[in-house]
Amino acid sequence: MKRDIISSAIGIVVLTLLCGIVYPLFIAGVSQVAFPGNANGQQIFVDAKLVGSKIIGQNFGDPVINKKTGKVEMSHGNPVTTPDPHYFQTRPSGTTPADNAAGSSFANYGPNSTVTLAAIKSNIQTYIALNGRYYPGGLTAAKVPVDAADTSASGIDPEISIANADIQAYRIAAIRHLSLSTVHRLISKYTLGRGLGFSGEPGVDVLEINLALNRLSPSTR
Amino acid sequence: MTFTGWLTIVVFVVVLTALAWPLGRYMAAVYTGEHTFMDRILRRPERWLYRILRVDATRGQDWKAYAKSLIIFSLAGWLLLYVILRTQGLWSFTGLNPEGFHSAPWNVTFNTTSSFLTNTNWQYYGGETTMSYFSQMAGLTVQNFASAAVGIVVAVALVRGLVSRSGKSIGNFWQDLIRTVLYLLLPLSIIIGIVLVSQGSIQTFEAYLTVHGVSGLTQTIATGPVASQEAIKLLGTNGGGFFNVNSAHPFENPNGFTNLVEMLAVLLIPAAMVFMYGRMVGKPRQGYAIFATMMVMFLGAAVVAYVAEAHGSPAQHAAGLHTGVIAGSSGGNLEGKEQRFGIAGSALFNVVTTVTSCGAVNSALESFTGIGGAVPFANLSASEVIFGGVGTGLYSILLYVLLAVFLGGLMVGRTPEYLGKKIEAREIKLVSLGILITPLAALFATALATASAAGRASIDTAVAGHGPQGFSETFYAYLSQANNNGSAFADYTGLIQPNAGNLGSHGITFADLLGGFEMMFARYAPMLFALAVAGSLAGKRVSPAGLGTMRTDNATFVVLLIGVIVLVGALTFFPALLLGPIVQGLTGHLYS
Repeated sequence: MKRDIISSAIGIVVLTLLCGIVYPLFIAGVSQVAFPGNANGQQIFVDAKLVGSKIIGQNFGDPVINKKTGKVEMSHGNPVTTPDPHYFQTRPSGTTPADNAAGSSFANYGPNSTVTLAAIKSNIQTYIALNGRYYPGGLTAAKVPVDAADTSASGIDPEISIANADIQAYRIAAIRHLSLSTVHRLISKYTLGRGLGFSGEPGVDVLEINLALNRLSPSTR
Repeated sequence: MTFTGWLTIVVFVVVLTALAWPLGRYMAAVYTGEHTFMDRILRRPERWLYRILRVDATRGQDWKAYAKSLIIFSLAGWLLLYVILRTQGLWSFTGLNPEGFHSAPWNVTFNTTSSFLTNTNWQYYGGETTMSYFSQMAGLTVQNFASAAVGIVVAVALVRGLVSRSGKSIGNFWQDLIRTVLYLLLPLSIIIGIVLVSQGSIQTFEAYLTVHGVSGLTQTIATGPVASQEAIKLLGTNGGGFFNVNSAHPFENPNGFTNLVEMLAVLLIPAAMVFMYGRMVGKPRQGYAIFATMMVMFLGAAVVAYVAEAHGSPAQHAAGLHTGVIAGSSGGNLEGKEQRFGIAGSALFNVVTTVTSCGAVNSALESFTGIGGAVPFANLSASEVIFGGVGTGLYSILLYVLLAVFLGGLMVGRTPEYLGKKIEAREIKLVSLGILITPLAALFATALATASAAGRASIDTAVAGHGPQGFSETFYAYLSQANNNGSAFADYTGLIQPNAGNLGSHGITFADLLGGFEMMFARYAPMLFALAVAGSLAGKRVSPAGLGTMRTDNATFVVLLIGVIVLVGALTFFPALLLGPIVQGLTGHLYS
């Protein structure tokens, strides 16, 4: 009994040093030397300012200004935003505020719930309101790709489906006065393929394509 | 459904088998003391560790001594982890608490500590809003190693009991523990960790990033030493995410390739242990029979989940969405799933982590369709024997094997024996108790939680509504904790956290304590029964197989074994499953 207690006490401290300190430091050392970009989160800088991480989705929205007060509308301490039509929009997010990379969370919408139905309907409406009039023939719910209507898992999904990007392309081309083929070229350039050609689904990296758009035709603001 | 989706499942199974077989050989060598290629590097540190821990690794232990060492070591780990988590602020001097997090409340910490000790990694807290880097590394990561090792050594001890020709020794706990960490978990974690970083996972000690977003909004990005914890979280079938959304987070699981690597990492050791088993008992075919049993059930689960999720959910259809495959989108129920994994990558991942006791998720289980969500339920109802957790999977299925042998013996009217050892009343009593304890704990806790207002306080009716979903998530919570799985229908909570920082957060004591005690009870009680079976078998003589001996390495036995597992699971859980996921799967009705 006494022997076991002594060995246990020493054992757990030794394991803490080995697996809890040495091991993470070792991985950090190797990664910071071999893959410094990845290990620090693939940060993207524009004009020496950190504008995001390549693999973290962000909110490409504008704060809503209250016309009466002239102030930014707030909801639970966070600014209310509306999608900025100049940019490709990321997927619906379940975090508060949207695309909160400091507090990721699932939306946890159940499959048979009216709450889910309401959320999906509202996402569809937002999407159609934003893209419908640019899309030839207009958009209906049945034409909205599921990734644009369903909330992502992480709330910071960096990618959208190619079908989703193709629909948004009409709006981007019209608003930014670009040819549709230019936008399509960007879409294929910033599409991340499947792992090993079969694992997962391809998706368009929204931050990267938006930055490319800004380089091509600076945002009007 | 898509061709690449099916291909993912096929490739996964083939690569898994190809990797598990050699690892099983290696593990058999490690636990029988044979020479391995790692000896040159590891033999010396191994001896140092024995000296530092003051243990005599050559001394064999009977099952009681083995169990005593195991329990005391676990208690020491519990105490240290609880103290580290409750004194989180004090460790800020290490520079590993850049966000200045306070400790979580005592009740949540009780739950978290019990959870990581028992290899469950049930999480009521959100990693990036609660835990400092120090707590994640020196607290949680350490138990990811230790709890995995404890699970593995129990299985190894049980196998030794089965093969022992004489005497009472089932090995030495300290030797098994240290060899597991040194020879198995650390090297594999280093490999997987570096692979993950090479693909975009992060490993940094810097503070969270402040981003000036493209459209002018500010964004804070949580970072940390993620890859090191991610690797062992998967390899040790622990499952506790560095971030709240676990393997759905792009820093934990950056792309389709890492998704594949992570799934392989989860099943690698549990699958290898089956091959190890066949080798250690000197009859590889016995291992293949168990492997076949597990694989058949696994494939069934994977196919059902994929088909169900690809079909889409009632809520989607009611909203008028088209959920079929179109050009540029694979369709399906993408609610709570990431674009880069798609339907197949999400369904398969969650099947992989719920057949094992891993419980990591790369998509929201709560948002799976009724039938898709019933698959994790069924996996848990089978008590983690479809590969199962590291170690726990093997010792749990061996209990089922003994039960199947006993039932088979009754059918043909002969004394049941397994590997030449007679299975008698004492063993069957221990086996039955070992098998029934987990379901008992799960159903008892679920009943308590659904029947009491204190339990229902954990359901957020605003999201779950008042329909079967609230019952499903409660049942899942206690089923998952009893099976030491840790995956969740994540709307069920034991922590109220009003702010992004954790000031002002408080736990829901009922859910925290009930879950905490349940996890420990359902972890250590079956372990003790497994070790007792090992001790009981170790002393038995081996009699040569005769003409009337029932074979346990052919297809007939595989069918019998699957039958026993399904029967026990169905008899125990069917009424409860009916009230939740099955109702939801059978109806297009939406509940408010």
